[in-house]
Amino acid sequence: MSILVYTEAESGKLKKNAFEAASYAYKVAGEMGTEVTAISFNVSDNSALGNYGVSKVLKVEDEKLKTFHARAYASAIAEAVKKVGAQVVILSSSTDSKYLGGLLAGMLKAGYVPNAVAAPDSVQPMVVKRMAFSNKGFAHTEVNTDIKIIGVSNNAFGIIENSTSLQEESFSPEAGEKDFATRSVEVDKVVGEVTIADADIVVSAGRGLKGPENWGMIEELAEVLGAATACSKPVSDMGWRSHGEHVGQTGKPVASNLYIAIGISGAIQHLAGVSASKVKVVINTDPEAPFFKAADYGIVGDAFEVVPKLIEKLKEFKAQNA
Amino acid sequence: MNILVCISNVPDTTSKINFTQDNTKFDTTGVQFVINPNDEFGLTRAMWFKEKQGATVHVATVGGPSVESTMRKALAIGADEGIRINAEPTDGYFVAQQLAEVIKNGGYDLIIAGRESIDYNGGMVPGIIAATLDINFVNTCIGLEIEGEKVKAIREIDGGKETLETSLPLIIGGQKGLVEESDLRIPNMRGIMMARQKKLNVLEPVDTVHATTDKSFDKPAPKGPVKLVDADNVEELIDLLHNEAKVI
Ligand SMILES: Cc1cc2nc3c(=O)[nH]c(=O)nc-3n(C[C@H](O)[C@H](O)[C@H](O)COP(=O)(O)OP(=O)(O)OC[C@H]3O[C@@H](n4cnc5c(N)ncnc54)[C@H](O)[C@@H]3O)c2cc1C
Ligand SMILES: Nc1ncnc2c1ncn2[C@@H]1O[C@H](COP(=O)(O)O)[C@@H](O)[C@H]1O
Repeated sequence: MSILVYTEAESGKLKKNAFEAASYAYKVAGEMGTEVTAISFNVSDNSALGNYGVSKVLKVEDEKLKTFHARAYASAIAEAVKKVGAQVVILSSSTDSKYLGGLLAGMLKAGYVPNAVAAPDSVQPMVVKRMAFSNKGFAHTEVNTDIKIIGVSNNAFGIIENSTSLQEESFSPEAGEKDFATRSVEVDKVVGEVTIADADIVVSAGRGLKGPENWGMIEELAEVLGAATACSKPVSDMGWRSHGEHVGQTGKPVASNLYIAIGISGAIQHLAGVSASKVKVVINTDPEAPFFKAADYGIVGDAFEVVPKLIEKLKEFKAQNA
Repeated sequence: MNILVCISNVPDTTSKINFTQDNTKFDTTGVQFVINPNDEFGLTRAMWFKEKQGATVHVATVGGPSVESTMRKALAIGADEGIRINAEPTDGYFVAQQLAEVIKNGGYDLIIAGRESIDYNGGMVPGIIAATLDINFVNTCIGLEIEGEKVKAIREIDGGKETLETSLPLIIGGQKGLVEESDLRIPNMRGIMMARQKKLNVLEPVDTVHATTDKSFDKPAPKGPVKLVDADNVEELIDLLHNEAKVI
């Protein structure tokens, strides 16, 4: 018996969400009186997992699995589940983890609760609070199957330190040819920039910015804050920004610590996708804009005046607090 | 090419979300149901395959009789035939098993589902179908081209996109990008008339487990009022974010 956590990595290094997933797994393991086993793919240094409650890591080192490959990763994780007799599998809520979630649920004939926002209400029976209706509500979902899969929402549980002695073990899953029937031919990704999924801070702008040529200040503000940039749906529909930046109910969900909305009215579909963010700031000329009802802090003002000032003052603040 | 588009019937995005019966049921009073937006992008891409490559397009849903108006809309947009599995879609695993049965018996080459239903946000049905039927799967799919058995698919990844090569049979979890917002079609009169003549077969569900059960629901706690900061005093905002909210 064990809890298995898939600890995600990027270019051979564990991601922040791996530590959050591990922290969550440790909590569940404690309630169930068992320990946490992690599975990692081509990670050179797994030792940090011992700071977040992992007792054992199954290290997969395989050239073929160097980059993410949904079906092959899912097969390997399913094999690990059987090997360690895991009753619960913990994933994150990244795009890749969500790709794995459905596949694993099918392979393991397991109930899957995605977007968990808190530690389980109870482990026997397993009941987990999760996001539903795009953050307009929450469901308390019971898992009825022997094996249970939980996907942890970003920033919902937090990274919690628990020092454990970590044992490392090599693991060579039996990947079959079928696992590679879908092949990656090209990855087109900005390197070095913070992504919406991983960001602590997201700076987002809408139609109030008038045109794509005005995004310079948005990018600069994001850079000063170490934030990711995002936009409202019409902005990506009009091609001012790429689709990947569109957030909201039909776009990417945002669960950052801080979300800054500039020239965004706050339509219900937009708010639904960003309301999991902990602190929201709105900058808008119209004091009646619905976003003011959803925000924690607001400035009624013209973005073209407020944002440059904010950049300047933030630079001073950063210089002082560096 | 035989295409099946899986259609989930969801509350319109402007719906107010409330719960009834001691917070155990979603309150459908006054709620307008629509084709799940992710599925509408997929259906529109399917129409492209029909018109440009001569594909046939069926649509399937798991739901009670009230779902039929949503299915008629899909038929009015141009799907050839509809299938309704007569059961409440209580959990993703159950729904996936029902659809897998239809796919197995229907000889479909391409199954188009959505990345997630915007109501229960499961995001699992296409993956479970792929694993159950052991077929290829591309999730968060934003581009799809098919030549014979060969498939080129683009998927969204965190911070960019990835191009994949695969083959039929295939299931995708689609979303915006498969087609653009401006490509979406509003059914015209002729489409609506024709849809009335099209077949909408009703099947009884197969016996399978309910892997999860939603026991109860709740709503986010109401928020306090916004703190306004003067536009000439952005330092105050920085101070609040640093000392009060502790997020910078
Ligand atoms: C099925 C469906 C799904 C949808 N899904 C999404 C979704 O996922 N995400 C999403 O974002 N939208 C979504 N929408 C669209 C949504 O309804 C709104 O139309 C959209 O969010 C509005 O974008 P916006 O706030 O940028 O533009 P607008 O509503 O036009 O707002 C612009 C705002 O900028 C302000 N402004 C103007 N000039 C300035 C200035 N100089 N300085 C500061 N402020 C200024 C204005 O006061 C206004 O409040 C969806 C709609 C539908 C029907
Ligand atoms: N009741 C249903 N009937 C038909 N297809 C469904 C149903 N529920 C989900 N799907 C399909 O699966 C996708 C993902 O849904 P979900 O896993 O519920 O988020 C949807 O976009 C649909 O394509």
